[in-house]
Formats: sequence, C-alpha cells, structure tokens
Amino acid sequence: MLLEISDLRKSYPLPGGGAQEVLRGVSLGLDAGQSLALTGESGSGKSTLLHLVAALDTISEGEITLAEQPLSWLDEAGRAEMRRDVVSLVFQQFNLVPSLTVAQNVALQARLAGRHDPARDHNLIARLGLEGLEARYPEALSGGQQQRVAIARALAVAPQLLLADEPTGNLDEANAQAVLDLMLDLVAETGTALFLVTHSDQVAARLDRRVHLRHGLIA
Amino acid sequence: MIRAALGVLLSHWRRNPVQLAGLLAGLALATALWSAVQAINGEARASYARAADQLTGGSFDRLTHDRALTVADFAALRRAGWQVAPVLEGRATIGALTVSVLGVDFVSYPPLPAQNDLPEDVTPLEVLITPGRGFARPDLAARLDGTEELPPIIGSDAVPPGVLLVDIGVAERLLNRPGQLSHMILLPDAAPGRAPLAEIVPGLRRSPPETETDLSRLTDSFHLNLTAFGLLAFGVGLFIAHGTVGLAFEQRRPVIRTLRALGLPLRLVGVLLLAELVMLALVAGLVGLVLGYVVAGALLPEVAATLRGLYGAPVDGGLSLRPVWVLAGLAMTFAGTALASAQALWSLTRLPLLETATSQSWMRQHGARHRVQLAAGLGLIAAGALAPVVGDGLLAGFALLGGLLTGAAVLLPPVLGWVIDRGARFGKGPMGEWLWADMRAQLPSLSTALAALLLALAANVGVGTMVSSFRTTFTGWLDQRLASELYLRAQSDAQGREMVAWLDGRVDAVLPIRSATVDALHGAPGQIYGVADHATYRDHWPLIAQAPDAWDTVARGQAALINEQLARRSDLWPGDLVQLEPGWSLPVAGVYSDYGNPSGQAMIALPLLDARFPDLPQVSFALRVPPDQADTLSAELRERFDLPVRALVDQTAVKQSSIAVFESTFVITGALNILTLGVAAVAMLSALLTQRSMRLPHLAPLWALGLTRDEIARFEVTRTVAMAGLTALLALPVGLALAWALLNVINVEAFGWLLPMQVFPFDWMTLFILALGTGWVAAWLPARRLRRTPPAELLKVFAHER
Repeated sequence: MLLEISDLRKSYPLPGGGAQEVLRGVSLGLDAGQSLALTGESGSGKSTLLHLVAALDTISEGEITLAEQPLSWLDEAGRAEMRRDVVSLVFQQFNLVPSLTVAQNVALQARLAGRHDPARDHNLIARLGLEGLEARYPEALSGGQQQRVAIARALAVAPQLLLADEPTGNLDEANAQAVLDLMLDLVAETGTALFLVTHSDQVAARLDRRVHLRHGLIA
Repeated sequence: MIRAALGVLLSHWRRNPVQLAGLLAGLALATALWSAVQAINGEARASYARAADQLTGGSFDRLTHDRALTVADFAALRRAGWQVAPVLEGRATIGALTVSVLGVDFVSYPPLPAQNDLPEDVTPLEVLITPGRGFARPDLAARLDGTEELPPIIGSDAVPPGVLLVDIGVAERLLNRPGQLSHMILLPDAAPGRAPLAEIVPGLRRSPPETETDLSRLTDSFHLNLTAFGLLAFGVGLFIAHGTVGLAFEQRRPVIRTLRALGLPLRLVGVLLLAELVMLALVAGLVGLVLGYVVAGALLPEVAATLRGLYGAPVDGGLSLRPVWVLAGLAMTFAGTALASAQALWSLTRLPLLETATSQSWMRQHGARHRVQLAAGLGLIAAGALAPVVGDGLLAGFALLGGLLTGAAVLLPPVLGWVIDRGARFGKGPMGEWLWADMRAQLPSLSTALAALLLALAANVGVGTMVSSFRTTFTGWLDQRLASELYLRAQSDAQGREMVAWLDGRVDAVLPIRSATVDALHGAPGQIYGVADHATYRDHWPLIAQAPDAWDTVARGQAALINEQLARRSDLWPGDLVQLEPGWSLPVAGVYSDYGNPSGQAMIALPLLDARFPDLPQVSFALRVPPDQADTLSAELRERFDLPVRALVDQTAVKQSSIAVFESTFVITGALNILTLGVAAVAMLSALLTQRSMRLPHLAPLWALGLTRDEIARFEVTRTVAMAGLTALLALPVGLALAWALLNVINVEAFGWLLPMQVFPFDWMTLFILALGTGWVAAWLPARRLRRTPPAELLKVFAHER
C-alpha cells in the first residue's frame, strides 16, 4: 500500500488554553495508481488531513505511512525530502513563483528533486495546452492557465502520490472541467496515485473512491 | 537542488530591478560614507606616523622631565657615557609664515631621511658647519629660503608638510628658548658601566618609543567626531537596506513557502538566503568602496587644511589606497547587511509552512509592535541620557547621541501612528478619510524610510544649530579678542624696538604681544602670554569666569588668566592655583574663551613675563588708533620700515582669515550632513518604488470607483509629502536635543569649549521645506509611473480576485 493512515489525530492549541481537535481518529489507505476524493463540509478537517499526508504538518497522534516510511519518524529534513521526492502538491492558490517563467516553474520541483527531464516537461506543456506560453511569467496568464502550470509542475517530478487541494476551486466551470480531465488522464497514464480534496460531488464522482469527513471523522 | 533553489531566489531580483537597486544603493551609500570618513582618518593618521618616522629616523626611547630640560642635562648625560640626542621643537612665526620647527643636533641625531636629499653641490659636512642647512618641503623651502634668520633651506619630500627641520641652535633662536630642550632621544651603543640616568639627572623620565604620536593624541577628538558622523551616515544607509530587505523578503514569503512545500529543507532556505545576501553585500561593498574613495578624495584637501590650520598637523591632501581600508570597508558592509537583514532573515526562517502570509498580516504585526517600540524607544533615550551620568569622556557623549538618535528612530512609528489617528478625525469627505486611513495603513512599510529621514533631519538641525551657535559665538568672540585696529609684526627684535620708538605719540597705545612656549603649563605644553595693563583688555577680553578685581590682580603680577581649554581640562577656576612652570604657580583670576586653540594658555602681567623670560624678542604688537586713521598709519609704517604685506594686518583681515579657518573646520561636517539627507531621500524613493506593485491592489478600486489615475497619483504624492512633513516636525525636537548634547557634552569633551546654544528658526523653516521637497522628489517618480500605468494592469487586480 502506498499510503496508510491509521487512527490519525491532529489538534491545535487554542489561544486561551486547551486544544481544538481537528482530526479525531482517521484511518484509510490508498494503493499505487488509485485515486481518492476527500469531501466534507468546511472545517471538517479535509485540508488538515491533506497537509499531514503531504508532510507539511506534524502528527499529534496515530501514524501516516507513505511509501513504507512512517512520517512521524521523520525530522524537518526528512519531511522535506518526502515532499520533494514522493509527493507533489497542487494547491487551490496556484503557488507559482512569480519571478520564474512558465517553463522554469514547470521544471522547478523536478530540478529540486534532481530528476529533471526536459522531454517530460515538454510533453506535459503540450498536453496541458501551454505551448507558446513557456517564456511568459505567471502574471501574464489567466487563472486556468496558471493552474495548468501548477499541475504540470507537480507531474513533471513523476511523483508516486499527487495531492490536490481544491485544484479547480478558483476556476470557472469550463476551465475547471478541462483542468480536471487533464489531471485524471495524466494520473492514469503515469500510474500516479491521486488524493484530491474537493467539496464538489461532481468532481468526487469521477475518482475511484470517495471518503467523506465530518467533524474530524470518516463518515 | 541548491542551484535550482538559488536560481529561484535570485530570479526575484531580476524581476524587481528597482528593488535590487534600492538595496544595493542603501548598502553602497552606507559603505561609501563610512569608508570615506575612514579613508580620511586613515590618511591623516598615516601622515602623522610618516611625519614621526621622518623626524626621528626610527624608534628610540624618549627622555623627558617635569621641568624644562637644558643643554647642561644633555652634556651631563653624554659625559656619563649615555648616547643621547637633544631635540627642541615648537611653533614659530617666520616672516608671514607659522611653521612647526624641529631643532636637532645633526651630529648626534640618527640620520634623517631628508639628509639623503642633499643637492649635488652641497656636501654632508656643510649641513654640520656654520651656517648649516635647513630642510623643508619644496614649497615651504622656496618660501623660507633667503630669510635673514635662517640658514639656506633645502627642499625635501622626506620632511612632513609645514615642518622646518633645522640645527638645534637655529631652533633656539627661532623659538626664543636658548639653552632649552623639549626632550632627548636615547640611542643604542651607550658606554658600558655608566651611571643610571636618574642619578645623573634626577627626575628624568624614560618612556618607550610611542606607538601613537603627540599629533595623533591631539587630533583624536577631531577624528572621533568624523567617525561619529560616518557612523551616523552608515546607520542612515542601513535603514534603506533594512527597509528594502524587509519588503523583498516579505514579497517572497509565498515563494519561500512554495519552495518548502516542494521539498526544500528549512535550513537550506536559510543558508541560501544568507548566501544571496553575501553576494549582494559584496557587490554593494565594492561599489561603496569606489564611491567612498571618490568622496574621500574630494573632502580630504579641506580636512587637511583644517588639520593644518587647527592643530598644525602635517597632513597631505593626497589619498592612497590601503588594503586594510578595503577589507575593513567590506567587513563593515557585511556587518551592516547582517544587521539590516537579521530581523527579516530570522522571521523568514521561522515562517510556519502553512501560514497564509500576506503583506497585510505583516503590517498588522508591525501595528501590534507599536507598544514594544514605544517602550524600547523611551528605554534607549533613557539609557543614552544616563551614559554621561554614569561614565564620562567622549565615548559617554557619543553613547548619549546614539541613545537619543536610535531611540527617536524607534519611537517614530508609534508617534506617527498616534498623530495620524488624531489627524484622521479631521479628514473631510470620503477622499480625506481615505487619505488618513491610507497613511495609517502605509505607515509600517514606510516607517524605516521615514526613520532614515528623521535621523538625517535631526542631524541637520542638531549639527546646523551647533555650527550656527558656534559661528555666532565665534564672531562675537573675535570682536572681543581683536579689539585693536592694527596688528604689526617686526622682522627682528631690533626693528621691533625701533618701531615702538617711532610709534610713540602717533598711536593711542602700543600693546606688545609676547609669549613664551613652556613644556609644562599645569602638566602639558602650552603658552604664557604677557598682557599690558590697558583698557583694551579690561573692556573687551572675553572672560567667562572671573574673580573680583581680576584685571587689577593680574596687573599687579599676583594672578593669571587661563584659557577655557586649560580650565576645563585641569578643572581650574578662579581662586585655584595654576602651575605656570615647575615651581612657579599663580592664582587663577579669570578664565577666557579661546576657540580654535587646542592647547592650554595663560596670561600674566607683561613685566612678570619679561622678568621670567628676559630674552623674548619684541616683534608683535597690537596698535590702538582712531579707526579713521588706521589706513594712513598703515601706509606710513609700510613706507618707513619697508614692511612686507603680511607684516601689518588690520582687524578686518585677521577676522576674515580666522573665520575662514573656522568655516573650513566645518566643511566636512556640512558635506556629510547634505550627503546624509541625500541618502534619506534615496531611502524614501527606494521604499516607495519597491511598494509600487503592492500598492496597486489598494489603488485600483479607487480607479474603478471613478477617480482618474492623475488624481490618484496626486493623492499618493500628497500622502508622502504629508508624512515627510510630519517626520520633519518630529525631527525638530530630536535635532535640538542633539544640538544640546553636541554643545554641552561633545564639544566640551572634544575641544574643551562650552558654547551657548542659540536657535535659528529660519534654518528650521528651510529644512522643513527641504524635507517636503525630499518627500516630493521621492514620491514623484512612483506617482509618474502610476499615472502611466495602463488600465489593463489595474484590471489584473480584479481579474486575480476571481
């Protein structure tokens, strides 16, 4: 199993003392090449769970095992390595580097991970309809184009697990549909597992599995 | 990975060249002004060291005594088998020139570099036998050669500027100190079995070769003052760097979050940001050093003139490049960069990975800091104010200035915030309200630039008040000191006596000016003047403290007057005893101000001086004549005695030349002041240009609501000018406090003068207008760019909101 989450809990300290428990014992698994949609109301803990899986945040209790590596054992450098080599992230905000061109942004994570493949970049740029825009800076792109650059960047590193947090949340309907189609096609072609957070039933219905979170627990 | 990540960080500067220029300009200007001052100081100190080396020909122990050493002491030591060489030095006026005379015995003194510069037609023996030879810089040699009382003078570059090197016998005549020595130097190869020095001449002091020369001690205060100004300019430059680095790092928070989310370890982020700063500091440091060298080259001639005029210090006007200076300048840039960036770097490396960082949150954090800033600012000022109470000396004075200025800079944001909050109540109409609210919102991002402006303005008010107070006091003092209508100088004692006889009946009074140089005027070299009992002195002489009947007791030979420097240095006031020479003391009857003179001075009754120093020549006189007859008398004197131009000067000419020396003393201060204000303008410009992209989201809604770009640009200029004006108002009390500290603490410690503080509201008004101008200049360029911003760019603000 690529991803195994067992009895995961996460709480944050409150300013006046005490703690707020956001995840209250979540367990689930994901195999390589599988896709999973995580849905739930606002405040149900979806993004928190995604951040923990992405090794962006630390676990309070329980365990996440990713590519056979328990994340709670990792220090800051180990978590950074996990983010660089195993997972990729596509955010709701596009999180592109404004001072790099489209081509440079696409290559960025692969270069950081030390496995940059220009042919793969080129292929992704073509598949995502970004040809001719390689030399542009993010500020000169539309929202849909920027999100496609973010997806290309995430896939250019050939991750084992692609994590996406509301990747179409900031796009209009037509753009959202196109971006989602491309992402699912590419994931299927590359055998990458997909863990996608959404509150759209339509989007969730297109993935292999769907898990619904309510008040920090799987419903 | 490192290359890719560094590329991302550096790409920010490529896309934000104005910000890069702002950062480099801040660091480069800071380095330039600091290095310029250091170059000037280094050059002056090297000149002193070179002079010492050229005049001693090596390092030898010195022999001194509490009383004046004599030729008899020298002879006794030589007879006892000690290898010693006598030295007599002092300042002498020869014709129209005042020079530093160094008299040595060329036979016993170690060979001097100048002796290698003999012309082909002069043999080394001719230097030793009558009439002998003197040595001076070629320009001075040309002016002195042919003077009746001097041997032929040989021009040599191996003599320091302004110094005349002669045989000790010639020096005795020039300095009117027959049989006296200033000190002796102890040479190696003394005869074995000799008696100890103290047995031969009891009380003789032997001191090792001095690492610092007398001149460097004398001029230390001057150089410390320059260093303080250099440091102030450096600090103002760092404000630019601090502001730019803060904003640049702020803008890159999302990028750094992204990089970390993509797997770049936190430690590596810190290391790369540090590496980036090191690269930028290196570039800025090198540019700063070039600029500093140019500034130093431009200012050095004036400083050299000041040092020569004020201290008789032999400083050349030329500048040489020293590797130590380059390395020290670069080190200062790195230290400054670290200081300016520490806060931004620290907060970035502790930025939570999942925090949504926006400029607004940064600004809110700054807003929350106001209370801390208020406490820190007041604490710094209080600590500075305590420094002169707890410690003393010049360093305590500078600690006071440092505390005052940094405290004021730290206090500025909360105080401005308070003023803007109060002002907002008077905002009329929607745009008026918006303008005040926007000023409040922009305060955190502009506060470092405004603090730089505050420092520059406060320094201008403070230094300007000090210089103007000094000028007013000095001019009034000159009127008192130079009350006589004409000042006459004879070529020789015989001519002086002849002149006095001739003048009898032709003038109201002839007031002789005679002085003796002594080695131990209350423990330090100084001069004793003889004063005639005349109403000119009683009515005009500028006494700042006096005992009852001061002039009567001085005239009776029962008391002395001393100058302020000696009074403050030795804490001598009316009623105390001043030691004029070992074994000879008189009560102090009064203290007079004596600006522009670094050494101690005493005045006693003329007959007493003549009795004590019977061989003083009568060559200088002040003449009292009705002012309308001064010109006629001058003409008659010139014709009768065939006087050179400078042998007879009127009061106005003396005042003019004195004021010229005074003005040149403050030339560098004024230049540094203007440069500091220029740096502050660059700080504001840099901050405003840097913020331009961050300002668009604030301004685009106004444009969408129906304001033209021209109107918005005008509001932007108004806002900046208003903030500069508010800062200028707040800088005034800080500047006045600075002036008080300069006049009452620094000047007293550095020069020994306490000056009354005077205020110059017209200067403040000029400076206030200058501050508004600075704000306008800084705001104009960004406003012009805003006016030309295409609507498409403004629309992007809304497009990105979707």
